[in-house]
Order: sequence, then C-alpha cells, then structure tokens
Amino acid sequence: MRPKLKTTRRKFLHLAGQATLAGAIPIVVTLRPTEATPAMLASAIRNVVGEAPVHTGKVKLDIPPLVENGNTVPMTVSVESPMTADDHVKSIHVFNEKNPQPNIGNFYIGAYAGRAQVSTRIRLADSQKVVAIAHLSDGTFWSASVDVVVTLAACTEEVI
Amino acid sequence: MASALINVPRKARRGDVIEIKTLTSHIMETGFRRLAAGDLVPRDIITSFTCRYNGTEIFRADLFPAIAANPFLSFFTVAKESGKFEFEWIGDNGFSTTASASIIVE
Repeated sequence: MRPKLKTTRRKFLHLAGQATLAGAIPIVVTLRPTEATPAMLASAIRNVVGEAPVHTGKVKLDIPPLVENGNTVPMTVSVESPMTADDHVKSIHVFNEKNPQPNIGNFYIGAYAGRAQVSTRIRLADSQKVVAIAHLSDGTFWSASVDVVVTLAACTEEVI
Repeated sequence: MASALINVPRKARRGDVIEIKTLTSHIMETGFRRLAAGDLVPRDIITSFTCRYNGTEIFRADLFPAIAANPFLSFFTVAKESGKFEFEWIGDNGFSTTASASIIVE
C-alpha cells in the first residue's frame, strides 16, 4: 500500500511541476516590455567611445551577482588610476544589456577627484550583463562587465 | 519640496581624499511602466546632477531611468581649501533642487 501511495504522489508532484512551468513561461514573456538588445548596448557604447578600441581591465565593477530586487541594486565602479594631472580618469559610463534602454549613467570626474570611484543604486529589469567603461585622460577606454542574476525585475510591475 | 541628504566631512586635512555622499528624494518614474488601463506613465526622472566646490565643477552625472528611485550618489574629491560644496539636481518637468555643505580644511 505504502509504496504505491508514494509513487502516485511523486507522479502528481511531477505533473504539477510541469504544469506550473508550462504556465509560467508565457506569463513571463507577456510581462516583459520592450527591451534593449545587445545591438543597442553596442551602439550605446559606440556613441561614447566612437571608433576607439575598448580594452578590458583597470576597471572594477562591484555589483552583487545575485540580486533579489531589481528595483534598487547597489553598484560601485572604481578605476585603477593615480589620478594626477597627467594620468587620470575623465569619465565613467555604465551600460546594461536588457533594460528598456541601454544607458545607466555617465559620471564625469577629473584629476581633482583623488580617487576614481563612483557609487549609486540602479534598476535592472532582467538578469543581464552590466558594463562599465572608463575614459582615461590619455584617450584610452577600459571596461569591466559583470553578469547579474535578478529574481524580481524592476520596471515591469503594473501601477495601480 | 524635495529634500536632499548630503554627507560631507566637516573637517579635513589639506590633500585628503574625501568621500561625498548625496541622496535626494525623487520618484524616478521610468516612463516604461503602464497603468492597469494600459496607458504609459510619463517619464519623470532627474537627468543631471552637478557638484561644485567653491564654484568649480568637480563631479557631474547624467542619470537615466535605470537609476533607482531616490538617487544615491557617492564620489570623491581632494580637500583643497575651506569652502562650500554646492549640489544641483535637474530633471524632467522643470524639476530643480539645490543643496550645499561647507567644509573646513586645515
């Protein structure tokens, strides 16, 4: 009697799981509004850097890899730089891949900053890649990117 | 109307790198959300933030809808001389607010 009961319960759970999975996928798709694409991300980056090559390194993008609530995600960007008159960071630009639009913020600093570091709180509409690019005084661009998993997305919930 | 919180050290030694933290209350409505009826809620965000140190711009930021509500910004500067930091936020629908903080540099 017992083993039989166990198998039926397992079967039931299995079926129920499949049903909710099948039901959940279309809902997620319909909730998602227009979103930026990797192509939009690339063009937003091109708008800032022009034709210059973007190197990887020097930039540190501090953002939690797993985010519970996409409505407010703490983010810190720091750049390795002596911050002298000859060698400093001119600006820091942050982009995303899948929010409705690809820009997050542009931050303009200079040698007088002493330390090339900026913190803010951002919104993420989906699990995605966040890219930070630093523009140095010698004209070069350096970048860092982090993949973030978001469990509760921003922007998509309805207003009452 | 809108209130801002500023955190600047009251005293610093000349040449110190100091952190400035700012927080202002603003809804930062993205313009991508819809009402239950299906209408888009118009965008209402702060688009620009500027910090001046004795009249010289030391930090400027362009903000986008991807910045969370009640924008928090933290950045650094070198304490050069005693004086005043002035902060200005500018946004959609004519939004504008200012704040200031003073510092003593020894």
